[in-house]
Amino acid sequence: MTTTIKSKGLTKAYDGHKVVDNLNLDIAAGEIFGLLGPNGAGKTTTILMLLGLVEPTSGDIEVLGLDPRRNPLEVKRRVGFLPDAVGFYDTMTGRENLRFTARLNGIEDAEDRIEALLDEVGLADAADQPVGEYSRGMKQRLGLADALVKDPGVLILDEPTTAIDPEGVAEILGMIRRLATEGGVTILLSSHLLHQVQAVCDRVAIFVNGKVVAQGPPHELAAQQRGPTRVEFRFDADDEALGERLQALEPVDSVTRGRIPGAWIVGVEPARLPETVRLASAEAPLIGVRRLDDDLDAIYRRYFESSEEKTA
Amino acid sequence: MMTATVTESEKEIRPVSGWRVVAAKELADHLLSGRFIVLMAVLGIATAAAVFAASGGIRDVAPSAQGITALFLKLFTVTADPVPFPLIVFVGFLAPLLGIMFGFDAVNGERSQGTLPRLLSQPIHRDEVILGKFVAGLSVVAIMLASLVLFVSGIGIFRLGVVPSAAEVTRLFVWLLLAVVYVGFWQALATLTSVLTRRASTSALIPVGVWLVLALFGSFIFSAVAGIISPRDGTAAAEVAYLRTQQTVSQISPITLFQQGSTVLLDPEVRTVGLVTLEQVDRAIVSELNLAQSLGVIWPQLVVLVAMTAVMYALAYIAFMRQEVRA
Repeated sequence: MTTTIKSKGLTKAYDGHKVVDNLNLDIAAGEIFGLLGPNGAGKTTTILMLLGLVEPTSGDIEVLGLDPRRNPLEVKRRVGFLPDAVGFYDTMTGRENLRFTARLNGIEDAEDRIEALLDEVGLADAADQPVGEYSRGMKQRLGLADALVKDPGVLILDEPTTAIDPEGVAEILGMIRRLATEGGVTILLSSHLLHQVQAVCDRVAIFVNGKVVAQGPPHELAAQQRGPTRVEFRFDADDEALGERLQALEPVDSVTRGRIPGAWIVGVEPARLPETVRLASAEAPLIGVRRLDDDLDAIYRRYFESSEEKTA
Repeated sequence: MMTATVTESEKEIRPVSGWRVVAAKELADHLLSGRFIVLMAVLGIATAAAVFAASGGIRDVAPSAQGITALFLKLFTVTADPVPFPLIVFVGFLAPLLGIMFGFDAVNGERSQGTLPRLLSQPIHRDEVILGKFVAGLSVVAIMLASLVLFVSGIGIFRLGVVPSAAEVTRLFVWLLLAVVYVGFWQALATLTSVLTRRASTSALIPVGVWLVLALFGSFIFSAVAGIISPRDGTAAAEVAYLRTQQTVSQISPITLFQQGSTVLLDPEVRTVGLVTLEQVDRAIVSELNLAQSLGVIWPQLVVLVAMTAVMYALAYIAFMRQEVRA
């Protein structure tokens, strides 16, 4: 397994305030790695440092064996970047925008490649419309094509799924997956939307206040998670007294009323969930059980909430 | 498959001259932009008015003007009713607007469109972005000013029937270079404000404000400053000192420098831009300077103007290089 992106003790401070604090990353070739965290956690700063667009305060970086500080041009030649809220020249068409990027990369005859990429991201029909007429989602897809014009070995995507409708998200994630598996491209993506990212990432790092609080494959992180998870129990009848009876059950940690009649939100250890379901169905006819915290949700929320408390 | 298959020949990579790519795109943008058309129209109308008045004025005096030298250049330097200014004053006044229009959104325009991070993540040096934009803007200005000169020459030849001599053409060419440098100052100023301010409207307003203050209230301000430095007490000596100070102070304005440079370049009879006493002109023989002599007269103005433009560009450059990608 070869390392493609590596950082050691990477730190960025603005006026003494550490935005990124002692970050150690080790991303393998062909891996999809997710940087997860709330807005302002330092994800974008980290990405800009990897591209050599922001100077780190201290620490080491290696991208494809190159130091972005010493050799920014070579890194930028080989790393495709989709910025957060990507923009294009509105008066130029999608195709013209990609052509401009190709020229900046010194690629002489890029027409076939541009055509193929536009087709790939589903913009073949809109290719010759001015980008000013594109929707947010179309711009995002054009951004992905733009990042791929230079045929990069590494793709860095900053919030690639923000501001896109759910269908578009699935499409983009599908493309990302294919790029890694078929194209062998190493992908680093950042997001504050957990669900979308955990489906596609091989590994994630949860990033809060500039620090990585947890790192690993999503399912392993979920397994590490301790403490109650939230489960919605739906009963046939809307019975006020049921709340107290549920609370009295031994594995149950907390009980609150759900939004619809007959629904209760129960906090319970994941391992004791089957037992709790049995006990609850003995109390009243149970018509549905739904876990509200999926996999990483709980761990994510726990870290985010604790970080919000700290900043509050 | 996502990664479009690329043959080696398609991906032939040459050393990128990023600023040329940026400049080519900017040039195309400018030439197709509404502001180019509007400016061209404004400039064209002003020029036409000025040159018709000038040629009319020259025709009126022509019968009695035996031996007037450099008649062709007079198209640029004389005026007649109802147009209040000769052409070079028009250019001195309006040309800054060209520079400001092609510079005020150079960087913050990229920022507000969200294209700056994408642009800077391409394999080009960061300074090539600002250089490419500056070169493109000035090229458009050069095209506009050159067509203005050709337009005036055409009307002149048609209305006056005078063909410019080689010396006059050379003087016009040097004047054109001077005008481009002069506009470069304003474009660099506008580029600087486009780096420093977030909104395009703010970054347009600052250089426009500087331009209007210097153009409209300049002489008033310089007189006031000169009055403070060397007060007038009624004596002739104090008055001369005051006038000299006033002239020195006024030369901090690029508008003054350009006007003086234009006057000397386009009128071979002008031998000084400084203060001249009556004794000095008494019995002076009216004669023409050659280009080298004219350049000698305004050499300080030229050097200062080039330096001001260079310094302003350097400031914009430094500000851009030091700025965070997302500020």
